[in-house]
Amino acid sequence: MPETLVTIAYLAAGLLFIFSLGGLSAQESAPRGNVFGMLGMATAVLVTAFGPRVESYTVLTGALVIGGAIGALLASRVGMTSMPQLVAALHSFVGLAAVLVGIATAMDHSKALYGVEARIHETEIFIGVFVGAVTFTGSVIAFGKLQGLIGSKPLLMPGRHLMNLIAVLGCVYLGYLFVFHGEYFAPVWPLYVVTAVAFLLGIHLVMAIGGADMPVVVSMLNSYSGWAAAAAGFMLENDLLIITGALVGSSGAILSYIMCHAMNRSFLSVILGGFGADEGAAPGGASAQPAGEVKAVTAEETADLLRDAKSVVIVPGYGMAVAQAQYPLYEVTKLLRDKGANVRFAIHPVAGRLPGHMNVLLAEAKVPYDIVLEMEEINNDFKETDVVIVIGANDIVNPGALDDPSSPIYGMPILEVWKAKTCVVMKRGMASGYAGVDNPLFYKENTRMLFGDAKKMIDAVLTALKN
Amino acid sequence: MKLAVPKECRPGERRVAVTPENVSRLIKMGFAVAVEHDAGAAASFGDNDYVAAGAEIVADTRAIWQTGDILLKVQPPSVHPALNVHEADLIREGGTLISFLYPGKNKDIVDKLAARKATAIAVDQIPRITRAQKMDALSSMANIAGYRAVVEAASFYGRFFTGQMTAAGRVPPAKILVIGAGVAGLAAIGAARGMGAIVRAFDTRPTVKEQVKSMGAEFIELNVVEDGEGAGGYAKEMSPAFIKAEMAMFAAQAKDVDIIITTALIPNRPAPILITEEMVKSMKNGSVIVDLAAENGGNCALTEPGQVVERHGVHILGYTDLPSRLAPTASLLFGNNLTHLLADLGGASHFHLDLADEVVRGALVVRNGEVIWPPPARPPIALPPKPLVSAPKAVPAAPVATAKPFSGVGGWIFSMVAAAALIGLGLVAPPAFLSHLTVFALACIVGWQVVWNVTPALHTPLMSVTNAISGIIVIGGMLQVSGPPTSTIVILGAAAILLATINIAGGFLVTQRMLKMFRR
Repeated sequence: MPETLVTIAYLAAGLLFIFSLGGLSAQESAPRGNVFGMLGMATAVLVTAFGPRVESYTVLTGALVIGGAIGALLASRVGMTSMPQLVAALHSFVGLAAVLVGIATAMDHSKALYGVEARIHETEIFIGVFVGAVTFTGSVIAFGKLQGLIGSKPLLMPGRHLMNLIAVLGCVYLGYLFVFHGEYFAPVWPLYVVTAVAFLLGIHLVMAIGGADMPVVVSMLNSYSGWAAAAAGFMLENDLLIITGALVGSSGAILSYIMCHAMNRSFLSVILGGFGADEGAAPGGASAQPAGEVKAVTAEETADLLRDAKSVVIVPGYGMAVAQAQYPLYEVTKLLRDKGANVRFAIHPVAGRLPGHMNVLLAEAKVPYDIVLEMEEINNDFKETDVVIVIGANDIVNPGALDDPSSPIYGMPILEVWKAKTCVVMKRGMASGYAGVDNPLFYKENTRMLFGDAKKMIDAVLTALKN
Repeated sequence: MKLAVPKECRPGERRVAVTPENVSRLIKMGFAVAVEHDAGAAASFGDNDYVAAGAEIVADTRAIWQTGDILLKVQPPSVHPALNVHEADLIREGGTLISFLYPGKNKDIVDKLAARKATAIAVDQIPRITRAQKMDALSSMANIAGYRAVVEAASFYGRFFTGQMTAAGRVPPAKILVIGAGVAGLAAIGAARGMGAIVRAFDTRPTVKEQVKSMGAEFIELNVVEDGEGAGGYAKEMSPAFIKAEMAMFAAQAKDVDIIITTALIPNRPAPILITEEMVKSMKNGSVIVDLAAENGGNCALTEPGQVVERHGVHILGYTDLPSRLAPTASLLFGNNLTHLLADLGGASHFHLDLADEVVRGALVVRNGEVIWPPPARPPIALPPKPLVSAPKAVPAAPVATAKPFSGVGGWIFSMVAAAALIGLGLVAPPAFLSHLTVFALACIVGWQVVWNVTPALHTPLMSVTNAISGIIVIGGMLQVSGPPTSTIVILGAAAILLATINIAGGFLVTQRMLKMFRR
């Protein structure tokens, strides 16, 4: 296959990837978008395999088959609750692959470059390896935290900003050694060292970030994995890799931006870490204990409330995912909808541990997506809502974010659930959310607390409703 | 303790301070109530109604002023036309008066009351705090004035408010501009919307935007950022730049709308002129302006307080007695406000003027002959915005939050450094690299545009599909596995292929699994 045909095929693949992301603008077109993505990938892989620069197929085929099998197995086995972990794991693979490709390219002396071209080429390799390595270990740690293998509390070492700074400066120096080496071929050892340093940096960066910031971290690593792929594209002079890397990089960057915006945090303050520890230490002193008393209700009373309600909004949080309460929840929803009540779901942008995580879990439970609304779509409707049910969510419904300037989450846009006639909060206990802030919502006049495991409680409500 | 309700003597005043309904409640609170003969006649409350409610009717004006411990009135005391004596001189020594007083501009009346060793409570001075809302007569009257302004406008406007499609042809709806969205402005919006007009509203305080929208009007915003919220929820005076922008907007609106209702007041200042003669000229023939600020000079340059004038084909209504034109309701609400105030002061049995009480301290003008107004300034308290009227102000017209990456000094420095770096790169970099850079930059922009369109509900599938396509790095590995199978490069390449393929297969398949679940 001639080189020009390969180039055209890459162009087609790049366009297909763009269509693939474009398809995700609506639920109806999304499956078609995914097919476009697969077509693009198949085109790219086949064309490369039969292109002029690949001559041996044994290793190639073996790696493709084994990798494909592992991927397919993962995809079919993973539970929707574990999507964040899967995504984090997949990021780490891209990161590691970028490191491997970078090192292999540096070792490959078949193509000699001179002068500025060589300098640029080596810089590209260096950046690719650095970003890839940070992505790899960062994602591994994120995976560990999401899976619960590592505690989700931020690990805050003394002088951590200084350590990060030294690591980055060290990498810059290593980069200087690698690029301006004064020999015919670049020495490979600085790459090994920078890989090691970047591995440590990735670990340290993500260890310092608390569990509630995981949506941002995962989005950020998504972005990094894209940039790593783009850097690989530069070093291999491959436009398709560059395009794809840029698409993925922008996508992750936008998701990070949306997540930060939804938490009223600056990107820098998230990646430098420490949320829920720095400020979280204060809530005892700075923000006063909200006044009022907590009114507990039983599942039967909740069912009574729901039976009389014309309009119900359900606000799910990560707690719903943990308890796997989405299935009985949908049963309740169906029952109420059959009785003529208007039941809807309200999704905060940072609910869950991954952007859009709640939507996927509800979709898994067969909740129709047209009753699952975003924060902006539904926030004005709470006034006319009879009952709001908050399941396993805390910070995203904390009124302190609106009216208490001393609250660490002050300024974060939230779901204004207390404007409804009654608000039932399902929680295991009175513990505060990830931000470590007490929630004045629990003490409001029209708030009722339903304590217990979310799934058991919903089951009980369901039973009571059926009687 | 006896309450006395004299008949209002100001010409044209139809309200009465207390209605029969209020009388029964006041009697339950332990008061005795005396009402002057025919006091409620203009508000459609007859003497027999008052008697039925338990009040005593007093025929003589002097007698009613002398008989009451507390006199309840609407208007400030003025010269009584029949007796040719100032009402303030009629009050008995040591008596108490509760009414509108406007002590700021009625210094002489305050002095007269002080000379009588009287006590005077000005209901217009009751501070605007949450607890005092039920006694806030200014808001009650403003609400009525806003409603009545629309009714008056309708009677002078020769067309329908609501648009109609009739067999005889189409009638366009009336367009109404309400300036100042305080209590009166909001009431006017509500009434005009109820009659089917298209209503636009403007206010200098951005906080009222939501209230305006909730009443069904469109909120006009200026491209000037300034908050017109002053102390106590009232409006404050705006900067010249702001006023310029605001006037330009009014001029444009004047040409378009049929009815303008102005309610702009700034406390203790003449009303700002917002509608100039030029603007009146530019309005369509048959248009109507209702100036609710007429009593303070008016928001329109051509307003004549108390009068209706026609200028350049436009009716300009300068009524200062709008609440009085809805006398039964105005009397009832005013009477309710007074009843709440009296209850707050302890009712008949525990009647007590406690200066530590914020409400009393604000409203008490004369105490036993001693003038104690104005009260010492308190730090302004942020209130729920509920001003009587407000001066126009602009709302930051948040230009759609499109990222403005190069704003500010830092942005400029960044732009310049970036430009310098690009020029430097352009001088030394090989063409091949530059073409890749071009592709990269364009792809970033395409990605940015495409991804913003992704619905938030699909962000998780977005991440998994980007996982899959970032597996494109497999190509990097594939280009390196053609050497001898045992070389380091081939091993590294093969490992890269393996990892990337996991991503490709895993990412696409899990995305497909997820997308299948989304259903209507």
